[in-house]
Amino acid sequence: MQPIHLAWVDYTVLLAYVAFVLGIGWTLARYMKTSSDFLTSGRSIPTWVTGLAFISANLGALELVGMAASGAKYGIATAHFYWVGAIPAMIFLAVFMMPFYYGSKARSVPEYLQMRFNKPVMGLNAVAFAVMTVFASGISMNALAKLLNQLLGWNYHVALFVCSGVVLVYVLKGGLTSAIYTEVLQFFMIVLGFAPVVYLGLKDVGGWHAMNHSLQGVATDPSALYLKGAGITYAADAWTSAWKPVLAGPANNPMGVDWFAIIFGLGFVLSFGYWCTNFLVVQRAMAAKNMAAARNTPLVAAVPKMLFPFLVIVPGMIAVALTSLPDKNYRIPPPILSQEVYAKAVDAVKSASPADSAAGVKAVGDALGKPVSTEKIASLIAANAANKLSDEQIEKGIYNSIAENDYDGVILSLVKKYCPPGLLGLALTALLASFMSGMAGNVTAFNTVWTYNLYQAFFVPNKSDEHYFWMGKFITVVGIGLSILCAYFARQYNNCMDIIQLVFGFVNAPLFATFLLGMFWKRTTSIGAFLGLFGGIGGSALFHALTIAHGNAPGIKGGYVHVLGEFPSEMAQNFWLAAFAFTVCFTLTLVISLATRRTKADEELKGLVYSLTPKIKSDNVPFFLQPGVVGVMLLIACVILNIIFW
Amino acid sequence: MGLDIRLPIGLMFSLLGVLLTGYGAFNRAGSITKIDGQEININLIWGVVLLVFGALMLLGATRSRKTPPPA
Repeated sequence: MQPIHLAWVDYTVLLAYVAFVLGIGWTLARYMKTSSDFLTSGRSIPTWVTGLAFISANLGALELVGMAASGAKYGIATAHFYWVGAIPAMIFLAVFMMPFYYGSKARSVPEYLQMRFNKPVMGLNAVAFAVMTVFASGISMNALAKLLNQLLGWNYHVALFVCSGVVLVYVLKGGLTSAIYTEVLQFFMIVLGFAPVVYLGLKDVGGWHAMNHSLQGVATDPSALYLKGAGITYAADAWTSAWKPVLAGPANNPMGVDWFAIIFGLGFVLSFGYWCTNFLVVQRAMAAKNMAAARNTPLVAAVPKMLFPFLVIVPGMIAVALTSLPDKNYRIPPPILSQEVYAKAVDAVKSASPADSAAGVKAVGDALGKPVSTEKIASLIAANAANKLSDEQIEKGIYNSIAENDYDGVILSLVKKYCPPGLLGLALTALLASFMSGMAGNVTAFNTVWTYNLYQAFFVPNKSDEHYFWMGKFITVVGIGLSILCAYFARQYNNCMDIIQLVFGFVNAPLFATFLLGMFWKRTTSIGAFLGLFGGIGGSALFHALTIAHGNAPGIKGGYVHVLGEFPSEMAQNFWLAAFAFTVCFTLTLVISLATRRTKADEELKGLVYSLTPKIKSDNVPFFLQPGVVGVMLLIACVILNIIFW
Repeated sequence: MGLDIRLPIGLMFSLLGVLLTGYGAFNRAGSITKIDGQEININLIWGVVLLVFGALMLLGATRSRKTPPPA
């Protein structure tokens, strides 16, 4: 397919955005005087700013693209990643955990582990986290540069270097403050850039109810749109209800999951593990100007997070509804193929004889290297034989006949369909903004953990602050350089990346058990925490080696040792793996802690463990603004959303 | 930190609002999205939305500058 052409007005929007983020970095540069200014913002930022940055750092480009894809594949049930898999954990972080992170004066999440346990536990967490941030930002940079290359025809290398260059400049100039401030700008850019696409799309499918009506038709025969294999059918509400299909069992919802996996695996283990222990997001709250602001940060963030499904998931649902309406002239995009491949397929259609359409269909399929709809190609061949079609018409026909979907292309295909020049620039800038906010989040978390928790803690302690300030800046450049290397690595060896992400899954799954026990049970010992964490990581690797998802061959996707259990889908396998790893880590830490001697007295754990820390009194804050009360209100709002979309 | 982030946000979206509104007004043909035969000048509409948002942000920034911030 032809690349999208950008007009001068689109480039102007893009340039204005870049000029403003660079300008923010420049303005803040003069406030950067110490390593703490640069790496932790000197704890000086107002709540609403850290709150929106909290959500924006999490909203990388891959999430925008991926959530629309999931919206198409699974429908409104994708919102579980928000309403079950984020909001409760964010509230827990604000009400229960933030007092320890902020109150302990730790400069990072690993540093809290050092204060609570010891250096080895911190080191384990810091190294895993540092490596992960670099890979995460590399993987998303590769994805973005590829996307810009395929859709806009931009040069891959130029796209990669220019985008990372912009991030480098504003992070290097203004440090964490600059990253946080631009994240707020990026938040509004993302919302205001994608909202019109959702608005136009909903209008096009005839509004919310008409969209649901179309989706009900799709659910009973998903194979018609290549959403599922032939013969698989669901109840009519499979795409439009969040809970009913899940409660009906894994065979009755397109995700292939059960309610226990959603609530315990996703809602408890994965969600709390991410939102409550991942320094990338927690760092935003730790930069707040005081304890109240730090605790309110995740609460402020919870409000937009609760509403994001309408911005990021609904586009996927719109795409499916549009595809099911023949007069809309739209389909979920097929896998991206080069112009040469299409040219070969066009030749195959032209040289096919209508008398032997089976051979023609096979030739076209071979030229594309993709499954095709037999009847659509056959009728295309017949139409071409009866009445010579132009190459363009044939190409369009072939595009519509490819029997495979590239869900990651959904969001941009809608942007392309609805946005005239001007708005197009705005939407693409929003995409770039989401990519930059995700990358800046990774880089600022990486430089802090490296400088304070690895460099200062293990390699070069007791230097002047000037030295660490310099190191913070230096490692920012190195971090971005490493991310670029990872991006090229991801481009070259996509399979290696799958393995690396798998390993990070193993490392992260049990982490929350360590924090939970450490924060709320003073008897937890350092040895217990360290071995429990290792056991949990080993447990998840073992679980993965022994189970598999339906339809996958044993190998990278699991079951390479022996298949003991089979899950209906990869998602179910992931959720259960997390649940298992958590349980192993929790039990091991508990048992070993009971069997070993405590090395820290109660006095040393003050401010680090719940039962030994005086409760925060905030008498000057009205009752209805207390974090606990706000948290409960937000939870109620979240429950109401779940009921509305039950 | 000595920067009110509402200022650059307000400035940027006001600027983009003016740009989109202007483009929508002077290049109507190029700004139209057709939905079910209905022609929507989305650049014009969304430009105004951006402009209003930007102006509100600027208003917030200038107002808090006049009154000393609460300690």
